[in-house]
Amino acid sequence: MREALPAAGVSAAGSTAGGGTAPDAGAWALLRPKWQMARNRTRHHQRGDLRRVLVVGLVACGFWSGAFVLALRLLRYFRSAEDIGALLAAKLLAMILLSFGSILLLSNTIAALSNFFLARDLDQLAAAPVRSGALYRARLTETAMHSSWMVALLLVPLVGAYGVAYRGGPDFVLFALAVFVPFLLIPAALGSAVTLLLVNVFPARRTRDLLSVIAALAVAGLVVLFRAARPEQLARPEGFANFMQFVAALDTPSSPWLPSEWVSDAVVKYLSGKAAWQPLLRLWGVAAVLVVLGQAAYARGWRRAYSMAQEGATKRGTARSQRPWLDRALSFLGPLRRELVLKELRVFARDSTQWSQLVLLGVLLVVYVANVRYLPLTGEGVTVLLRNLIPFLNLALAGFVLASISARFVFPSVSLEGRALWLLRSSPLPVRELLWAKFWVGAIPLLVLALLLVGATNVMLQVQPFVHIVSLVSIMALVFPLTALALGYGTFYPRFDSENAAQIPTSFGGLLFMISAIVLIAAIAFLAGRPAARWIVSEHFGRARDPMDMVLPFALGLAVCIAGTVAPLVLARRKLETLERG
Amino acid sequence: MIEISSLSKRFGTFTAVRSLDLVVPAGELFGFLGPNGAGKTTTMRMIAGILQPTAGRIRIAGHDLLAHPVEAKRALGFIPDRPFIYEKLTGIEFLRFSAGLYGEAGPDVERRGHELLALFDLEPWRDELVESYSHGMRQKLIIASAFVHRPAVIVVDEPMVGLDPKSSKILKDLFREYTRRGHTVMMSTHTLEIAEGMCDRIGIMQRGELVACGTMDELRASTGHDDALEDIFLRLTGDQVARELVEVLDA
Repeated sequence: MREALPAAGVSAAGSTAGGGTAPDAGAWALLRPKWQMARNRTRHHQRGDLRRVLVVGLVACGFWSGAFVLALRLLRYFRSAEDIGALLAAKLLAMILLSFGSILLLSNTIAALSNFFLARDLDQLAAAPVRSGALYRARLTETAMHSSWMVALLLVPLVGAYGVAYRGGPDFVLFALAVFVPFLLIPAALGSAVTLLLVNVFPARRTRDLLSVIAALAVAGLVVLFRAARPEQLARPEGFANFMQFVAALDTPSSPWLPSEWVSDAVVKYLSGKAAWQPLLRLWGVAAVLVVLGQAAYARGWRRAYSMAQEGATKRGTARSQRPWLDRALSFLGPLRRELVLKELRVFARDSTQWSQLVLLGVLLVVYVANVRYLPLTGEGVTVLLRNLIPFLNLALAGFVLASISARFVFPSVSLEGRALWLLRSSPLPVRELLWAKFWVGAIPLLVLALLLVGATNVMLQVQPFVHIVSLVSIMALVFPLTALALGYGTFYPRFDSENAAQIPTSFGGLLFMISAIVLIAAIAFLAGRPAARWIVSEHFGRARDPMDMVLPFALGLAVCIAGTVAPLVLARRKLETLERG
Repeated sequence: MIEISSLSKRFGTFTAVRSLDLVVPAGELFGFLGPNGAGKTTTMRMIAGILQPTAGRIRIAGHDLLAHPVEAKRALGFIPDRPFIYEKLTGIEFLRFSAGLYGEAGPDVERRGHELLALFDLEPWRDELVESYSHGMRQKLIIASAFVHRPAVIVVDEPMVGLDPKSSKILKDLFREYTRRGHTVMMSTHTLEIAEGMCDRIGIMQRGELVACGTMDELRASTGHDDALEDIFLRLTGDQVARELVEVLDA
């Protein structure tokens, strides 16, 4: 004990840090806990972790191999086209890197907000004698890694395919590293600077709200832009007036001032045996300048901005505490269920990271329906038969869209109870009521969406009433098991400590849910679609048909849907009742 | 030594701390009291350098916090009311990290770390992940981490919450011994018996202002009654609360 205290009479400054000569904590000292935590996670693995790693590893390998083979085939095909092959390969890389660069800038800006201003460990660092330069470098590294790992993983098969297709040799690996490190660093430094600027203007939490909306709108804009370009035209060069127009159509909105262009330029030059040091130097130079400028900006502005971020955090809520009309509208549910449903709706509506995703969702749906409209179904040789068979393929696709939405919104709902779970568990609330509220709050919007999605595409395809009814009933029947499965898997694989709802479905449980959902959708599409399609074909060719052929598969499909709804909910209730959390 | 002059903090239109002047000299254990929302935590977070004052100055061990933040913070150990600890670090790893933030490492830190863990009965848990610690154990680990770099000034927000009686006694002895050796401790608490029994001087905050400050005798003299601290506190912060309580229960 005595050794833990400084000797009496020693001066304040002298007693604190070995006479004031001790070195300050560097960036590595600030990063060390993260490294140690990662190491501890691997050491203290739990039962089932190995299985989890194996499944995720296999899926990742499958994806990598698939992407690599696809990219390689495409590039080899380009190589065989002597005139425009190289142009196509360069344009493809520039286009992909441009979209990756935009995504990176956006995700770095959002990640910087968490890492520099909202992370829970920042109080300790703000109270410690940590120099701003060390803090900046440590957090910039974290920001770059958090935001870039997925893009980096996606780049591996793509860049690998370029290396193999154009015979880059083993040196190309080192060259690619030298090119892509600054490419990932530039948006990190730029995004962090943007964040600093925003937090100095708005409180951090409002900045996050603002960014969530900007992000959703930006992605929505990208999707619409991509759709407006009608890329399916590129697959039909005969549709262009001449060859030059086709080449012009390939011209993406890139500029020689964009880092993505420099990377593409460097890679193409290296692979064609030309000197690539110029774009490489430009990449490293810009990255270095941005990091130095960022460090200087953070040294001047971080403390003020961090203090402002705390103020934002303690600001009194401005949301209206009551919505009498909604309260009244839901009064038929009784006080308990009404309060649970209202809580779900309010939490969703007040969390901009949640509701802003609806903007994105809306745009994706419009694009989905537009895609069906653009299907080449009006030309010669396209029969009424084909138009009436497509809804069953559409059933599977719409089911997949619904599964993705369930994964994003329904799967995290139990995890999001997080630290409030003690309140629900210590109250006399039956667990089934909580699940009931979560199930219906998820299922009803999904049902409306499903009917709109399938109904609109059916109307557009001008299908027969029989096809209309079968596809609508099937998609309705799919909504309930999909919601129940998402809720069930979300309860079995909760992530109570996650602050970001969007990250929760990226877990192992989320993967299992998607696999189960795909199996279910395939089963229903088969059980409902196959007999109905046979009915249509027989009708078209005037063959004999018996309605009884459809009864058994339809009944089986219905049974699968009922079982798929009831079983996950019962299991989730049992799990939630036995869930222990400190 | 902590020197605070004309310190204010505003959140938009709300003033959390209003022109606070206070000196806590070396060798003093200062108790910081006040009802919820009085501005104690805001003041402490400003002393820790987490919040920036709207106006005023803070000096820690002679260093101006705004002009020389690194030197001032090197002399400070801060224990927040709701601390964050990395869940996936072990106890000893967290202590090493905390010492590293103050530029300290090596055998001295190891020895001090082990002694502090042993003092708070955490030695058997030193290599366990923090996620397996109870609330009280986390609190003890945070307290240990504030002492590991031997600061001249300790600022601690509600230190006794969650501690068992033995740890609570150890902490009281630790604070007393620490101030006896010439260091400064500023402690906020809602447990008036602890403040009355331990602190050399007590300051009471109310709506962002220091409404009373002094030794127990000085506080009694200021209210004109020979009261216990609880009565003085209620007198200064509004004793109509008890009456309102009866009315609320009767309503």
